Amino acid sequence: MNPILEAPTLITWVGSVNWTVGFLTTVGIFAIVALALNLQWGYTGVFNFGVVAFFMVGAYTSSLLTLEPASEFEDYAFGLEWPIPVGWAAGALAAGVLALLVGLPTLRLRRDFLAIATIGVATILRSVVNSTEGLANRGAGLNGIPRFLDGLADGADYRWVMLGIVLVMLAFSYLVLQAATASPWGRVLRGIRDNEDTAMAAGKHTTVFRMQSFVLGGMMMGLAGAIFAHRQGAISPTGFSDLFGTFLVWTMLIVGGSGNNRGAVLGALAVGFFWFGTPLIQEDLPDFLGTRVFQLRELAIGALIIIFLLLRPGGLLEEQPRVSRFVPKPGRRPAVATAGHEEGGP
Amino acid sequence: MTADEAATAPAILRVDQLEKRFGGNRAVDGATFDVARGSITGLIGPNGAGKTTCFNCIAGALRPDGGRVVFDGRDVTGLPPYRVTALGMTRTFQIPQELGAMSVLENLMLAGLDQAGERLWESWFRPWRVAKQERDLAARAHELLALVDLEHLAYELAANLSGGQRKLLELARALMPRPTMVLLDEPSAGVNPTLAVKLADHIRDVRDELGVTFLLIAHDMDVVERLCETVVVMASGRVLTEGTPAEVFANTEVQDAYLGSQYR
Ligand SMILES: Nc1ncnc2c1ncn2[C@@H]1O[C@H](COP(=O)(O)OP(=O)(O)OP(=O)(O)O)[C@@H](O)[C@H]1O
Ligand SMILES: [Mg+2]
Repeated sequence: MNPILEAPTLITWVGSVNWTVGFLTTVGIFAIVALALNLQWGYTGVFNFGVVAFFMVGAYTSSLLTLEPASEFEDYAFGLEWPIPVGWAAGALAAGVLALLVGLPTLRLRRDFLAIATIGVATILRSVVNSTEGLANRGAGLNGIPRFLDGLADGADYRWVMLGIVLVMLAFSYLVLQAATASPWGRVLRGIRDNEDTAMAAGKHTTVFRMQSFVLGGMMMGLAGAIFAHRQGAISPTGFSDLFGTFLVWTMLIVGGSGNNRGAVLGALAVGFFWFGTPLIQEDLPDFLGTRVFQLRELAIGALIIIFLLLRPGGLLEEQPRVSRFVPKPGRRPAVATAGHEEGGP
Repeated sequence: MTADEAATAPAILRVDQLEKRFGGNRAVDGATFDVARGSITGLIGPNGAGKTTCFNCIAGALRPDGGRVVFDGRDVTGLPPYRVTALGMTRTFQIPQELGAMSVLENLMLAGLDQAGERLWESWFRPWRVAKQERDLAARAHELLALVDLEHLAYELAANLSGGQRKLLELARALMPRPTMVLLDEPSAGVNPTLAVKLADHIRDVRDELGVTFLLIAHDMDVVERLCETVVVMASGRVLTEGTPAEVFANTEVQDAYLGSQYR
């Protein structure tokens, strides 16, 4: 299930197809998270450094609601065997509630307060899961999380079904967020991001808009987490590390193009390929590199962020000057301001 | 409305004993004045007199430490800026605050009030309604751009405008939501002189045709003389005197505080 574990079989045709399917499924889930972070950071300038917390809440909520009741060897709440789509919706909702709880006391204040608060949330969540009896089976994690549309294909072929599900959910997330951001609503968000005083002088209740953006983004992260849990079949607190769930997503967004939804998806693909692909070339690398490939890719990701911030801060696909898709396009875009035009005019 | 009528019309804005301190610095220290409905009133005074701070307190950008602001019969003291704007009073900034990553056109469209497309569900489920409103907003924005001679830059990024052009964009943005009163902080500073004269005429036209009240801060006495029926003079956070431009410029106290030898 994990693309890394499948790496050795890559030498065969079937192996590489399987790896690619697994890879695209993973990247599709990450792309949803990158889109959500793009809404918060790229559009609104809201600094969320606890992405993995919202992802984790979605994953655990959906799992707990759809699992069978706990056996005598397990120790978790709920286990209601709800239908999986209902679990996903609940996962998104729970993550939205978390966003509301984190945002309410901090979003009115200066931007850094939210940043500080979000850094702590993921740590708190992991330790709550680890230490609370009767909640989510603590450190042992949840196992046997049911697959969605399990009947459609059996055994190894199910990977194709899973890929299809993820691509449909990615398309859904993209359309929802694109419609929202390429509208006057998105224009207000970008206004707030660029200059909050101006947005307020223009009559916008900026705190409300920032809250909407933060909560909607959080819900999308929760949805992605829920999909992730049912794909993995098993989750545990250690799986939701800051490196995996927050840092990697930030890299995807910055590389792809903050403020551009297509950029966020492209960034997920590019950085995902780098991240999940490097272990594949482990064998071909000289020994001193090959043995350290997992540490090296972490270093490389850090370097990638810095390189992009310095050399191409707009990312691969830059933000467009036109925000709302309803704004009429220029008949003839005046490329440069003609000097001396100021006095003339019509 | 003529200048005489303006002078006798009831006040649209009453500023009463307004106070704002920054640490020990009393930037505004009991300023009291009225602005007549439909007038173009000047607010002048030396650098650091507290004019901009006064604007910020009236428009809600700063919370005053004391006093009251009454706009259009409503106490707006301490209301946040978006509420004040919604009530019909807009403002420009002394240092232009354009949204650089957006086109000039959308800088203006953002300022439209009560946009359906600003509600998420309408942007998802009622795109035709949003589209219609956007067409109307764009038309209005183009009108205002023509007014301030920026039409040829409608699709330019606001970040690429010159300092003077940014001032013009500020003015157009303040007019965008069809306000009943506009606070202008040095509207013609940095604008080329020919255009500044045209701009003064436009401001008067807007007042004459739509009855919009203007309160404007200016350092250029020619502009004040040409445009304002009433002038309020501030010094050290207080109102020194009020009157017609001629009266005010003849006042020796004002000359001492501000105008210096230039008018003596
Ligand atoms: N945000 C602030 N923090 C601290 N002090 C401030 C702040 N804003 C203004 N001041 C101080 O308050 C006083 C009044 O400033 P203000 O900007 O209102 O003057 P002004 O009349 O608009 O001057 P100018 O003609 O130069 O624009 C000044 O002494 C200024 O230094
Ligand atoms: Mg000033």
